[in-house]
Amino acid sequence: MDVFTDPENLDAFVSGFVWILKLTGASAVCALVIGVLLAAMRVSPVPVLRVFGAAWVNIFRNTPLTLVVFFCYFGLYATLGLSLSQELDVNIYWLGVIGLSTYTAAFVCEAVRSGINTVPTGQAEAARAIGLSFAQTLRIVVLPQAARSVIAPFGSILIALCKNATIVGTIGLVEASSVMKDLLNSYGNAVILIFLVFAGTFAALLIPTGYFFGWLANRLAVKR
Amino acid sequence: MSTSNVLYDHPGPRAKVRNAVLSVVFGVALLGLLYWIYTRFDQANQWEPRLWEPFTRSATWTQFILPGLWATLKAAGVGMLLSLAFGIVFAFGRLSDRWWISVPAGMVVEFFRAVPLLLMIFFIFYGVPFLIKGPVTAFWAVVIGLTLYNGSVLAEAFRAGIRAVPGGQSEAAYAIGMRKNQVMRMILLPQAARAMLPIIVSQLVVLLKDTALGYIVAYPELLQRGVNDLAANYGNIIACAIVAAVIYIVINSLLTWFAGWLDRRTGVRAFRVPKQTAPAGADSTPEGGATVSEPQG
Amino acid sequence: MRMKRMAAVAAVAGLAVAMTACGGDSDEGGSGTGAGGIVGKAESQNKLVIGVKADQPGLGLQTGSQYEGFDIEIAKIIAKGLGVEESGIEWKTTVSANREPFIEQGTVDLVVATYTINDERKQKVNFAGPYYIAGQDLLVKADSTLTGPDQLAGKTVCSVTGSTPAKRITENYPDAKLQQFDAYSKCLPLLENGQVDAVTTDDIILAGYAAQDQYAGKFKVVGSTFSDEPYGIGLKKDDTDGCEKVNEILKAAAEDGSYKAAWDATLGKSGTPAPELDTTKLTHCGAV
Repeated sequence: MDVFTDPENLDAFVSGFVWILKLTGASAVCALVIGVLLAAMRVSPVPVLRVFGAAWVNIFRNTPLTLVVFFCYFGLYATLGLSLSQELDVNIYWLGVIGLSTYTAAFVCEAVRSGINTVPTGQAEAARAIGLSFAQTLRIVVLPQAARSVIAPFGSILIALCKNATIVGTIGLVEASSVMKDLLNSYGNAVILIFLVFAGTFAALLIPTGYFFGWLANRLAVKR
Repeated sequence: MSTSNVLYDHPGPRAKVRNAVLSVVFGVALLGLLYWIYTRFDQANQWEPRLWEPFTRSATWTQFILPGLWATLKAAGVGMLLSLAFGIVFAFGRLSDRWWISVPAGMVVEFFRAVPLLLMIFFIFYGVPFLIKGPVTAFWAVVIGLTLYNGSVLAEAFRAGIRAVPGGQSEAAYAIGMRKNQVMRMILLPQAARAMLPIIVSQLVVLLKDTALGYIVAYPELLQRGVNDLAANYGNIIACAIVAAVIYIVINSLLTWFAGWLDRRTGVRAFRVPKQTAPAGADSTPEGGATVSEPQG
Repeated sequence: MRMKRMAAVAAVAGLAVAMTACGGDSDEGGSGTGAGGIVGKAESQNKLVIGVKADQPGLGLQTGSQYEGFDIEIAKIIAKGLGVEESGIEWKTTVSANREPFIEQGTVDLVVATYTINDERKQKVNFAGPYYIAGQDLLVKADSTLTGPDQLAGKTVCSVTGSTPAKRITENYPDAKLQQFDAYSKCLPLLENGQVDAVTTDDIILAGYAAQDQYAGKFKVVGSTFSDEPYGIGLKKDDTDGCEKVNEILKAAAEDGSYKAAWDATLGKSGTPAPELDTTKLTHCGAV
């Protein structure tokens, strides 16, 4: 039971979860921005934008994240030469953020789109009637109302994103799951303890997050 | 609200011109980007015939890609069946009137939704043998991991669906003398299953993609066989990954298309599922056909 | 109405059933915990399940339905010595992380998969051999000036996540930058493109990659090993008889030239002469 008293292991454990949180934070922001833009494209009057939005969603939603992250490393970095930092792990981190956010954006886009569907038709019609443009209708009238109904799905997406961050380990970032694998290899007699500590940490981070979003969704729900 | 054209007026002459200009500008920029990517890949010799020639050999397909694909589908298929069963059982469990059933069921579902699948599979393969004093094959490690996670998500979806069935349905059922068990089984579940069909199927797409994580225990699925092992033979890992991605996209698109077809087939729903109120929300409202599942893996 | 809702439920179930139909063939090729270990099993069933690598050119590489490489040839020699025909061998792909579990759980009878003998592993499994002494080395571009691990400061080295070579780099050469993946085949395109300066693992594995057609002439193995990796044949911890029998077979193979033939047919193709198998170093089976 000395796995987690060794300061070296404790450091690895902490840094593993710090990477997970950093990946989640940066990717959540990027995915939100890209996802909302994609949703706007999908409902826009310009056909090419609609096609682009739909293609993005279909490609990224149907590809395993492992492959998306792989292409970020081997496509963007190794082939196209996109280097984001001199530091090896910082570079991997940003490539991971790109992969996670392009992938998650597809899900954000679909959540926003079904959120738009919950806004009564009359709202948009009234906005058009007073002469608002498409962008104004979306920005001032529809999206603010849609926002309330997408909180619950956003909670689910955020939780999934945090768990998905472990997949960046496949391109060499030593995040929580890689640390767990290492520890399991070195401490074969404490397998159960190691798993419970790592899984428990994820549960302790994510279950409250889920309840928070549920509470928020209830509080801000539009009564119709 | 249908998104077709409620958000903007029917385009007049000026709007048409503007849309056309935007289309062309964006289209050209996009094609330019794609062309740039193409040339950079070309400079890196990624289009060399040597790297792509293996895909014209039958052995590549019969020995690597198809067996890998089959292993992927097998794990996904068994995982889907078990997830549905798990989901139904635990949805009922959470809705039980007896706290000693509903509370543990809730804890199980919440826990497995919060643990990354990568950790689960790894633990089942390496940790569980210590507990059961016997081996766990890679296949079952993957399938059980998929079942626990996706089953938990489906349990939440079923629960939300069951709670959304109009109250009159169960009241009427109780009124004609049905027991709770019968009401659940014969009245609520069939209606909930139909209403939640889009979510269920999109979760199954997620499940299919998640089999890719089987590489962690060397389960010989599509990525392991079609990318890692194949590339060890020909040194063409990027080409292999592109082919694998296309296969995943085609299969998942078919599954999604099938879901849409099924949804239309089953006709007008008797009721609409309102916005989620469950903690951590079971994903989304199926209104308008748009669905959001948890984007794991 | 009833028909419709039945249809919906049936459709969901049907979808899943359709995907599992014919999915019944079993996945395990387990050997069971047959008393008497591999010797007994080979005699009574004329079958062996052998765990090998599938992604290491020259050592254990799956090419279509066949496996080929030095490890595969060694495995065939051992099977033959135990009286099992080549057709009685069931090859099972293993990766580094699942070799001990596969042996302990009886998924495989033997493991011949670039398997370094060390004390930690001896706690869990028994080793026959060593049949080859490898050593950690560096693979670099043909025109590279790197000559050893001491010059790695500031350079990027690629290896497999959590592997012994990767750990040795972090511990002994902390100034080197370490890029880790789940397979060596991912390191090689990066070495070719110059994103990493070297790939590190056992010299024999590196030589296998360097000799592949598509990399011919592009890479070289530096040739200054900085560890000893005695490759053993893994079997169940309590199978001392089996272990001793395998050692006898290896000894005989060194004497009758079949060991050399195995080398010449595989790794020897790149021109490296066959090593001498030092039969005095064969392990004392069961002695931890």
